[in-house]
Amino acid sequence: MGKFSTVRQPYDNVVITTPVTLPYVRFSDQSAHWWIGRALRALVDGSGIAARDIDGFCLSSFTTAPDTAIGLAEHLGLSVRWLDHVPLGGASGITGIRRAARAVQSGDCDVVACIGADTNQRGSFGNTLANFSRFSQDAVYPYGAGGTNASFALIARNYMETFNVSREDLGRIAVAQRSNALKNPHALMKDPLTLDQYMNARPIADPIHLFDCVMPCAGAEAVLVMRQDTARACGLAGAKLRSSIERHNARSIDPMQTSGGWVEDAGELYSMAGVRPDDIDVVQTYDDYPVICMMQLEDLGFCKKGEGAEFVRSHDLRIEGDFPHNTSGGQLSCGQAGAGGSYLGLTEAVRQVLGTAGDTQVKGAGLALVSGFGMMTYTKGLSSGAVILSGDGA
Amino acid sequence: MTDPLTPPRRKDPLVTTHLGHVSPALRSRAATAMAARAGQGRFVLQVCDDCAQATYPPRDRCPFCWGALHWQDQPNGAVIAAQTTIRSSIDLFFKDHLPWRIGTARLDAGPMATVHLHGDVGRGDRVRMELKLDRAGNPALFAMPEKETPHMADDPQLRVFTADPKYRRILVTDGRSATGQAVAEALLKAGAKTVFLGNADPLMRYPGQDRIEAVDGIEPVRLSLTDTRSIEALAGQLGGRVDIVVNTVGFTRQGGVGFGGNLNNLQSGLDLEVTGLMRLAQGFAPALSARSDDGDNAAAALVDIASIHGLTGRAGFAGSSATAAARLSLIASLRGEMAQTGIRVISVLTGPVDDGWHQNVPPPKTTAAQIARAVVTALQQGQETICADEVAKDVLARWQDDPILTIREENK
Repeated sequence: MGKFSTVRQPYDNVVITTPVTLPYVRFSDQSAHWWIGRALRALVDGSGIAARDIDGFCLSSFTTAPDTAIGLAEHLGLSVRWLDHVPLGGASGITGIRRAARAVQSGDCDVVACIGADTNQRGSFGNTLANFSRFSQDAVYPYGAGGTNASFALIARNYMETFNVSREDLGRIAVAQRSNALKNPHALMKDPLTLDQYMNARPIADPIHLFDCVMPCAGAEAVLVMRQDTARACGLAGAKLRSSIERHNARSIDPMQTSGGWVEDAGELYSMAGVRPDDIDVVQTYDDYPVICMMQLEDLGFCKKGEGAEFVRSHDLRIEGDFPHNTSGGQLSCGQAGAGGSYLGLTEAVRQVLGTAGDTQVKGAGLALVSGFGMMTYTKGLSSGAVILSGDGA
Repeated sequence: MTDPLTPPRRKDPLVTTHLGHVSPALRSRAATAMAARAGQGRFVLQVCDDCAQATYPPRDRCPFCWGALHWQDQPNGAVIAAQTTIRSSIDLFFKDHLPWRIGTARLDAGPMATVHLHGDVGRGDRVRMELKLDRAGNPALFAMPEKETPHMADDPQLRVFTADPKYRRILVTDGRSATGQAVAEALLKAGAKTVFLGNADPLMRYPGQDRIEAVDGIEPVRLSLTDTRSIEALAGQLGGRVDIVVNTVGFTRQGGVGFGGNLNNLQSGLDLEVTGLMRLAQGFAPALSARSDDGDNAAAALVDIASIHGLTGRAGFAGSSATAAARLSLIASLRGEMAQTGIRVISVLTGPVDDGWHQNVPPPKTTAAQIARAVVTALQQGQETICADEVAKDVLARWQDDPILTIREENK
């Protein structure tokens, strides 16, 4: 809470509906525009809401250049009265949902299409890396051009040594996610992964090995954000937004990143929703690397700082386990569709609390927590956020 | 411990030459300003005018109080907080230099920085930071062992940022002068495999000829920078084998502009030093560039030795200073071209040289030995600009501080 803070208004009856996941492909010769257009079509087809009744548009993508959300609105024929472009990488989904929620709650607009989508043409991933940020361009990329793998390797190494975390501990996260992914027909990774395979994988940037890394791919994730009365009028089931947090450039004077902005705000996340960590039935963390998942489990209060390794040793993170985590398989097993990855946990969590997750459904999932993490512009992930969702009946 | 460099094997003519890629080159203007200082061998960071805190990466305003920033020399100690070995890269340059070690350094000056690691340093070590230039002429923080380690300069990652003469084959353009001979011997002493020593007029003997030509590793070659054909002939013969070119030619004559200047001297100086430099570059730059990333055999640098008074002009040496000015200008342009191909272009700046053409100039004067030392140091450090002596340093410092005043002073 800041010096001038007041009690935050609840999101009265704001719901998230129509989770859309366009199956990912490793490489696409289509543009981001094409993927975003397909996502819009899927939202309209899935919801029965006419395109002209979508009056808000929130876009996150790395590969629309030179266009931003307004260029896409014109390109795809959207006329809206609320428009946002959220360029926050892995935190985009959470941030986009938060903003859209307040927009529909206040009546600034009624139905917001929130879309995270990226294409992956051969070579385009390199452009994203090389031009990611000014600090990256000046002071990271020219240092071996290892991309995010190298930057996270430095964070991971420091974290592992500081908190006595082994590669096996991190491997449990990746292996459990692959087990989950095998039940998700859209996951790009189709083969089982054993801890042995994880341990013996090719090193990429020590201690990061192949199965610590996400596979860049093309795809789109999307949802609609609206008031519950709108959803009911349209006959749509919606996940209620119970609480949310967002933080940027937290703890900027920490020499090395061992936690994200969640540590500042986790208390508020739970108090606003009126629940405790124990109450959460399914957790979707942002999994650009397993070590970041572990960091989130600590920072979001599922265990104390430094106890993440023990937590993953003593819990079963699979769909059928006692702590269902990244039930779709996450980006580690589904692939990372650029900014689409920031919505992957959200669409899955919406399905979970609505009971429509199919083979990945966690029994009795009433409360879901989703977190996002993004923007490694220099040596730290700058943006963090999280939401708690519950089913319609909650 | 660093493995000592072994003499590169003779190049197999059937093997494809490794193309001269350079490391990623896109930079902000602030980072380019850092490069300009890195080229002088300085370790600088931006410091806030108001709160005096140092910052990195290069910024445009202070992140602590939004005050204005200026570049300042900083303590170069640091501790390595984390390290990694990159084994996969999508960049064409680094892909061919894997594995590549980097780390996170806590700089004594304050900021944390991502840095290149020397092979002898790792997590927890205290290190000495150097601000180098990478192959593309951009600033690069490099963590060196705090104390000298065996064969420290042979570290393969470090050699990417330097143009160390060790085992390299070097062309020195003019061996007829004391400077050329001193440079040639210093390069051999620094480990050069061969010095091809230019002689513009093999029919005319020159002082010191018997001695220098008898030195092991010296190979006399015919080369006149006033003769395009002689350069073409030599480049055809040596272009694929020369790793470093050091241009030692000079033509200094006393004289003013309106008083005591000699037009023939001016023209001779311009032809030898200015047109000659362009002839030399046109002869050798393409071959050097093609081999800038060819393993231990890689071509590395072009060095030009010129008077500091090219920056200012100089009373009594107006024509020679004008020639030096043109020479410095060409070198600056060539540096921009060669940054794209990975060849370091080095300026060695001298005061009045202690030779027969500066007899009337009172000391201090720049000796041949000082010039030779500066050439070797600049190559070993990978510097872009180096002053051979205190006179050059003094003029450069004053010129950087107040160019218009220094020009006035030097022409009084």
